[in-house]
Amino acid sequence: MSSNRQAAASSPWRAPILFAVLAILFVLEGTVRNGLFSGSWNTALAILNMGLISAITALGVNMQWGYAGLFNTGVVGFLAIGGLAPVLVSLPPVEGAWAAGGPRLIGSLLVGLGTLALAKIVYTRTRRAWAVALVLIAGFVAYRWLFDPAVSAIEANDSARTGNIGGLGLPVLLSWLVGGAFAAAAAWAVGKVALGLRSDYLAIATLGIGEIIVAVLRNEDWLARGVKNVASIPRPVPYEIDLQQNPAFVDFAGRWGLGVAEASGIWVKLCYLSLFLVVLLAIILLAQLALKSPWGRMMRAIRDNEVAAEAMGKDVTARHLQIFVLGSAVIGIAGAMMITLDGLMAPNGYNPLRYTFLIWVMVIVGGSGNNWGSVLGAILIWFLWIKVEVWGPNLIGVLVGPLPDGDIKAHLLGSAPHMRFIAMGLVLLLVLRFAPRGLVPEK
Amino acid sequence: MDILNALVAFLNFVFIPAAAYGAQLALGALGVTLIYGILRFSNFAHGDTMAFGTAITILTTWGMQSLGISLGPLPTALLALPVGIAATALLVLGTDRAVYRFYRVQKAAPIIFVMASVGVMFVMNGLTRLVIGVDEQRFDDGARFIIAVRDFREWSGLAEGLALRSTQALTVVVTAIVCAALFWFLNRTKAGKAMRAYSDNEDLALLSGIDPERVVRLTWIIAAALMTIAGVLYGLDKSFRPFNYFQILLPIFAAAIVGGLGSPVGAIAGGFLVAFSEVAVTYPWVKVAGYLFPGWEPGGLLQLLGTEYKFAVSFVILIVVLLFRPTGLFRGKSV
Amino acid sequence: MIQSQPQTTQPFLSAQAMRGGYGKADILHGCTLTVDQGQIAVIVGPNGAGKSTAMKAVFGMLPLREGRVTLGGQDITALSPQERVRKGMGFVPQTHNIFPTMTVEENLEMGAYIRDDDVRQTLAQVYDLFPAVAEKRRQAAGELSGGQRQQVAVGRALMTRPQLLMLDEPTAGVSPIVMDELFDRIIEVARTGISILMVEQNARQALEIADIGYVLVQGANRYTDTGEALLADPEVRRTFLGG
Ligand SMILES: Nc1ncnc2c1ncn2[C@@H]1O[C@H](COP(=O)(O)OP(=O)(O)OP(=O)(O)O)[C@@H](O)[C@H]1O
Ligand SMILES: [Mg+2]
Repeated sequence: MSSNRQAAASSPWRAPILFAVLAILFVLEGTVRNGLFSGSWNTALAILNMGLISAITALGVNMQWGYAGLFNTGVVGFLAIGGLAPVLVSLPPVEGAWAAGGPRLIGSLLVGLGTLALAKIVYTRTRRAWAVALVLIAGFVAYRWLFDPAVSAIEANDSARTGNIGGLGLPVLLSWLVGGAFAAAAAWAVGKVALGLRSDYLAIATLGIGEIIVAVLRNEDWLARGVKNVASIPRPVPYEIDLQQNPAFVDFAGRWGLGVAEASGIWVKLCYLSLFLVVLLAIILLAQLALKSPWGRMMRAIRDNEVAAEAMGKDVTARHLQIFVLGSAVIGIAGAMMITLDGLMAPNGYNPLRYTFLIWVMVIVGGSGNNWGSVLGAILIWFLWIKVEVWGPNLIGVLVGPLPDGDIKAHLLGSAPHMRFIAMGLVLLLVLRFAPRGLVPEK
Repeated sequence: MDILNALVAFLNFVFIPAAAYGAQLALGALGVTLIYGILRFSNFAHGDTMAFGTAITILTTWGMQSLGISLGPLPTALLALPVGIAATALLVLGTDRAVYRFYRVQKAAPIIFVMASVGVMFVMNGLTRLVIGVDEQRFDDGARFIIAVRDFREWSGLAEGLALRSTQALTVVVTAIVCAALFWFLNRTKAGKAMRAYSDNEDLALLSGIDPERVVRLTWIIAAALMTIAGVLYGLDKSFRPFNYFQILLPIFAAAIVGGLGSPVGAIAGGFLVAFSEVAVTYPWVKVAGYLFPGWEPGGLLQLLGTEYKFAVSFVILIVVLLFRPTGLFRGKSV
Repeated sequence: MIQSQPQTTQPFLSAQAMRGGYGKADILHGCTLTVDQGQIAVIVGPNGAGKSTAMKAVFGMLPLREGRVTLGGQDITALSPQERVRKGMGFVPQTHNIFPTMTVEENLEMGAYIRDDDVRQTLAQVYDLFPAVAEKRRQAAGELSGGQRQQVAVGRALMTRPQLLMLDEPTAGVSPIVMDELFDRIIEVARTGISILMVEQNARQALEIADIGYVLVQGANRYTDTGEALLADPEVRRTFLGG
C-alpha cells in the first residue's frame, strides 16, 4: 500500500488542521442548536468521551495492523473481556458467593488449564492422538465435575440481586490494567495458534474468539450475571446527585450561569474526559517511544518485507505474537474504560459491526500506521456515526416531504437508520481505494 | 436396553437436524472455497451476501403468495429462488467490478481483499436491513412435515417420536442436486475446467489463453447461486434473521478450512463435519442414554456444551485444524 | 492457426535488442535471439543471467523498453501472451508449468483451450510422443514424477499446434536418462517443422542438438554461433562448459 499519490498532500500541517476541524465540530455541537447540532455540551462531551475510548481501541488495532499487518476481526471480544475486569475487580464482594463455590470454581478452572497444558506435553512427548484424547476427556470430565456444582451454588446465592461471584472491592481504575491483562491473555492463546499461517487465518480465528468471548459473557451468569447485566459499577469520578447536593458546586454552577443538573453532568463528563486523555496520551507516548526504539524499527522492517526479515534470521511469528498481545491489551484497557464510563455491563450490547468493524473504519480512515491518525479517525468517525443517526432521518424527512403519506414514505423514513451501515461501508471502501494511507498518512 | 427408541431419538434430535444444517453449511462453504480458489481471499461479506439473496427471495415469495402462486406442498420460496439468485449475481458482479477488480489488477495482498470484503459486508448488511429490516421473518409455506411425530408413533408403536420436516428433507435434496450439478460443471465442462485450471495455476491459465475476467465472473455467478440457495434453505429451516447470517460466517469458514480452502469436496465434507460436531456436542444425550442404559441416573443432561456455545465447536475444530493440518483434510491451497 | 509463410530472408522468430526488466533496473541489456523454421535454438548462461527473463520478454510477459519481436515477419511486440498463443507460440515456463490437481488429460485439454475444433488428433499425437504420460492420463499431474511432469508441460504447450515452442529448462531436475529421452523428443518435434527456442542448464548436451546457440551473460549476448562451433570454442568451453 505504498502509494505516492498522497505524498505531496501530507504536509506537517495536515494533522493539526484536521484536529482543529474536529474541535470546531465539537464546539458547534456544544453551542449551536439546529437541525444538525444539538447545542448541548452534555451531548458533545458524551460523544467526545466515547470517541476517546474508541480512539484507544483504534490505537490497539493500529498497533496490530499498522505496525505488523495483522487483521484482528475479534475486537469486540477483546473489548468485552476487558469490560469484565471492572465487574470482577471493583464491585464489592458478593456475600456468600465465595463460600458457596469459589474454591471449587477456581479449582475447576485450574483443572481445565492444566488439562490443556498436559495435553500439549503428552502430544509433544508421545505424538499419540489417543493419549491426547484420553487426557482431554479425563480432564473435561474432572472439570465439569468440579465446575457444574460450583456454578449452580454460586448462581443460587441471592440470585435475584447478584447470583455471581462478585468483585474484589478494589479501585475501579485498577481494573483498567486488569482488563488489559485479560485481553492480552486471550490474544496470546489465539495468536499462538493462528499466527505464522496465512494472513486470513488470524482474521477468521479472531472472528471466532470474539464471538465466543461475547457468548461467555452472555451466558455465564456466575461471572457477570450474563444478560441480567451488572449495573452500578463504581465510578472513579463524583456522582451527579452528590454534586447537585453540594452547596459549593451549586454556587459554582450559578456563577457560570448553568442549571445545576446540566452543570453536574458536564462536570462529571469533564472528569472522565481528563482521565481518558491521560490514558490516551500515555499510550500514545509509549507507542511512539516503542516505535522509535530498535524494537519498533525491527517491527516496521518485518512489516515492510517479511521475507527479507525472515531471511535475516528474525523470528517473524514471535514478533507478531508480541505486537498482537500488546495491541489486544490496549483494546482490553479501552473495554474496561467503556464499562466504567457506562457504569453498566450489558453483554447484549456487544455487536461486532459496531465494536469490531466500525473500529476498523476508524483506523483505515485515520491512516493506518499513524497513531495520531487513528485518534483522529476514531473521534471523527464516532462523531459521524452518532450524528448520522440524527441527520439521516432528518435528511430523508426533507427528501420525502413532498411525497404523499403512505407505505413507501413510511418505509423510507423507517429505513433511514440502516443508512449508516451503508455509509460506513462506503467510507471504508472509498478510503481503501482512493486514499489507502488515510487522512493522516504514516511518515 | 431399548435400542430402537434410542435410535429414533438419535435420528430425531441429532442426525436429521445435523444433516440439514450440514447441507446448509456445505453450500455456504462451497461458495467460500470457490471464491478463495479463484480470487484468493476469504470473503467476509459471504454471510451478509447470503442474507441479501435470501431477503430478495423472501420479498419475491411474498409477492408470489399475494398473487396466489404456490408450489403445492413445496415452499413457494423455491419458485422465487431464481429471482434471488439473479439479483445477488448482479450485486456481486457489480461489487467485483467496483471493488475487487481494482485490487486484482494491482495484485494487492490478500489481506487487502479481506479488508475490502469487510467494507462490502457493511454495505450488504445495510442493503439487507434496507430491503427487509432486522426482524425475524418466516416464509416457509407448503407442507410442514413429511413425517409427523404423532403419525410416526402410531405407525411404529414406539414411545419416541420422529419428525422429518419438509424443509429438512428439501435442504438435503436440493443440496445433493446442487453439488452434483456443480461437480458436473467443474469436471466435465470446458468452462468449469478452466476455472479449476485458473485456481490451480493462474499464470499458466493465462498462457493457455484462459480469460481471467471471464473465470472471475463465472465464479461470482456460481458463488451467488450457492450463497442464495444456502441462505434460503437456512432461512426456511430456521427462520430468517439477518444477524444469524453474520454469525454463520464462522461455521462456514471453519467448514471450508477443515476441508481445505479451495477444495470443493473438502467444503462439503467440512460442512457436515462441523454440523454434526456442533449438534452432537450441544445435544443433551440424557434421553438417548436413558433408553440405552435404563438403570442409569446420570444426574445431568449429558450435554457437553450449552447450545449458546455452538460457535465454540466451530472454533475448536478450526483451531485443531490450524494446529495440526493447516491445509485441511483435502489438501487445499498452501498455507 | 495457419500463418502466412515466413519470408526466406528473415528468421521465423526474431527478437532484436531487447531491453527491459521487472522494475526500474533493466535485466536485459540488448539481447537478441532468432530462430529459423524447424530449427533448435538453445540459450545457455550462468544462473541469473536473464535467460528466463529473455524468454518471458519474447513471450510478452514483460514490458520491453526497447527492441522488437517479430514472428513470421509480423511485428508482435505489442501483443499480449494470450494473443501470441493464438499467433502460434507455445511456452513452457521454468517452474509451475502444469496444473497440479488436474489430470494429465485435463492438463492437455487446457493447453488446447483456445482451440474450438476437435483436439483428439493432437491429443493422440502428444500421447504418441510421450507414451509414459499416456499411461497416466487419468492421474493428477501433481502426482507424477519430475520427468513425467516436464513431459506433460511440453505436451500441454504442443496442444495448440504451435509453430514455435519455447522451453525454459525442460530438463531441470530430471535424471540423465530421462534427459536424453526428452532431448530426443524435442528433436522429433523440431523435425515436424516446429521451431524451438530453449533455455538449458545442461549446456553441453543441449548445444549438441542446437542449430544455433546463444551464451547469455548479464542480459546480453556474449557468444552466438552454431551449437557445434560453440562447443568447439575453447573460450566458451573454459568459462561456460566447465573445461
Ligand atoms: N519476478 C521477478 N521480479 C524481479 N526480479 C526478478 C524476477 N525474476 C527474476 N528476477 C531477477 O532477474 C534476474 C535474472 O533472472 P532470470 O530468472 O532471468 O535468470 P536465469 O538466467 O533464468 O537464471 P536461472 O538459470 O537460475 O534460471 C535475476 O537477478 C533475478 O533476481
Ligand atoms: Mg531461469
